[in-house]
Amino acid sequence: MSAEQVRTLAELAKLELDAGEVERMRRELDAILAYVEALDALPTEGVPPTTHPLEHATPLRPDAVAGVLPVDAALAAAPERAGSALVVPKVIE
Amino acid sequence: MNPLSELGLAELADGLAARRFSSRELVAACLERIGATDPRVGAFLTLRAEAALREADAADASRAQGREQGRLQGIPLGIKAVLAHPELESSCGSRMLAGFRAPYRATALERLERAGAILLGTTNMDEFAMGSSCENSALQRTANPWDLTRVPGGSSGGSAAAVAARQVPAALGSDTGGSVRQPAALCGVTGLKPTYGRISRYGLIAFASSLDQIGTFTRSAADAAELLGVLAGHDPRDSTSLPHAVPDYRAALSGSLDGLRIGVVREAFTPQVEAATLQCATDALRDLEKLGAKTVEVSLPHASYGVAAYYLLATAEASSNLARYDGVKYGLRVASDDLGEMYRRTRSRGFGDEVKRRIMLGTFVLSAGYYDAYYRKAQQVRTLIRRDFAAAFESCDVLAMPTTPGPAWPLGERVEDPLAMYLADVFTVLGSLAGLPALSLPCGFVPGGLPVGVQLIGRPLDEATPLRAAHVYQQHTDWHRAAPTL
Repeated sequence: MSAEQVRTLAELAKLELDAGEVERMRRELDAILAYVEALDALPTEGVPPTTHPLEHATPLRPDAVAGVLPVDAALAAAPERAGSALVVPKVIE
Repeated sequence: MNPLSELGLAELADGLAARRFSSRELVAACLERIGATDPRVGAFLTLRAEAALREADAADASRAQGREQGRLQGIPLGIKAVLAHPELESSCGSRMLAGFRAPYRATALERLERAGAILLGTTNMDEFAMGSSCENSALQRTANPWDLTRVPGGSSGGSAAAVAARQVPAALGSDTGGSVRQPAALCGVTGLKPTYGRISRYGLIAFASSLDQIGTFTRSAADAAELLGVLAGHDPRDSTSLPHAVPDYRAALSGSLDGLRIGVVREAFTPQVEAATLQCATDALRDLEKLGAKTVEVSLPHASYGVAAYYLLATAEASSNLARYDGVKYGLRVASDDLGEMYRRTRSRGFGDEVKRRIMLGTFVLSAGYYDAYYRKAQQVRTLIRRDFAAAFESCDVLAMPTTPGPAWPLGERVEDPLAMYLADVFTVLGSLAGLPALSLPCGFVPGGLPVGVQLIGRPLDEATPLRAAHVYQQHTDWHRAAPTL
C-alpha cells in the first residue's frame, strides 16, 4: 500500500492523519493485508457469498405511525441546537 | 468478602424470595465489593449507586407487599457500555461518546428491567467493541482479577472482570468475533454468545451488524440459561431478530449427557495452542466422556481462514456503521467553520488508533477495484465456513475447541502488534461467522494460576445443548467456583 492510497482512504473515511500517522498506518495495513492475502489461495469459484447469517427475508410492517421519539429527547445530546434544528457549519455558500 | 457476593442468580432469587436477605443488602454488598476491588481491577466505568439502592428498596417493598416478582427482582447486574439507556453513559469506551446518554432503551435492557433487575453501572470495553484485551478503551484500564499485571481480554473485559471479581453476579457484554467468550475464558467465568438474532440488537451500538450479538457473563451455565431466558425473543424493532419461540432454557439443563456427541475440532487441537491450555481443554473432554458423552473427531477444513475473513468483513461493516460519528447529532464535536473539517477533526480526535485502523481497512476493502478481491472473497469464505459447520453437525450435536490459544497475556505486550492481537480470536471468530450459539466455560488453570476455557458450539438456535453439557460438567467439577484472591 502506498502513502497516496492511505491518504485517499483517509479522505474517504473523513480522518485526518499527519505524515507520521500515514506512514504508520501504511505499515500496519500492509502487514494486515499480507496476512489476509492467504484467502487468495482458496478456490471459491461458484461459492455464493454470505451477505447475512440469516436465511430469512427482511420482515415488513404496516405503514402506521408508532414509537415516536419527542424532538427534545432526540436532540438532548446535540452538540449545538436551535429549537428543533441542529446547528452545523454552513453547507451552502 | 460478603457471602452474598459469591451467590449465583438462582441462589439470590431464592434467598430474596425467602427473605434471608434484602435487595438493599445485596446491592450494598456489590457496591462494597466494587469499592474494595475496583481501584485495582477497573471493571466499572460508571456506577448508579444511589439509583440502584433506591431501586433495591423499591424491590424490597414490592416483595413485602406480596406483589409478583420478576425473575431477577432486585438483583444488580453490570452492563457493558455499549447498550443504549437514558440512565447509562453508553460511551462505548470512546472519547467520541464519552458521557453520551441515549434517548431510548435497548430492548435487552428493557427486558432486564421488566424482570426486575437493577442496572448497577456500565463496564469498561475496548473502544467500539474493537479489541481483545480492553486496552483499546480510551477511558480506563481494566486488569485481570486473577493477575493484575495481565489483560482481562476484550472487548467486554470490564464485564468479564466484574463477574470474576465477584463484584456482580452477572453482566452483559457483546460478542462480534469473540468479545464475550474470550474474556470469559481469560477471566475464568462462563460466557455465552447466542445464535445470531436470538437476542435483539435494538439499542446495541453497532460495530458489525451481521456479527454483533449481546452475550452474558455469569459464574455458571445455569445462570447463563436464566439470563438468556429473560433476554431472548423476537423484537419487531430489530429486523434481524428471529421469530422463533424461546424454549425454557432452565428446564433444558436437566437430563444426562448419555448419547451426546461432542465433535472435537481437529484444527483446534494442535500446537498452535499453548500446551497447558490444550491440556485443560482435552481434560474437559475426558470429563464430559466420563459423564456420558461420546467424542468424535470432526474437521472444519477452512478454520485457518476465519481470522482473515472476519477482519475483512467486520472492518467493512464497521467502516459503514461508524460513519455516523460526525459531530452533528450527538457525541463529540470539534467545532469548525467548515463542515468537512468538522467531520475530520471530530473523527480524528474522537476515535483511537485501533478504531481508525479498522475504519481504514474496512474502507479499503469496500472501495472500487478492491471490493471483489477482498470483501466479496471474504463473504465466499464465510459461506465455506458455514458449510464446514453444517457438515460437522451431521456427526455430532455440539462442537468443542479451546476458547483461546492461551491464557491472559501481560498488559502492554501486544499493543504494538495488531495482528498478534487479532490472532487471539482464532477459535471464536468461527462461531461468529456462522452465527452459531457458543459458550465458553472455565476448564482449568495453567501455570501462573491463570484460567482458561473450553468452547462449546451448538447448532443454530440450539443454545440448550451446549448449556446442558456445561451445566452437567459444572455439577461434577469445580473450576467455575474458583475465585481470584483480591
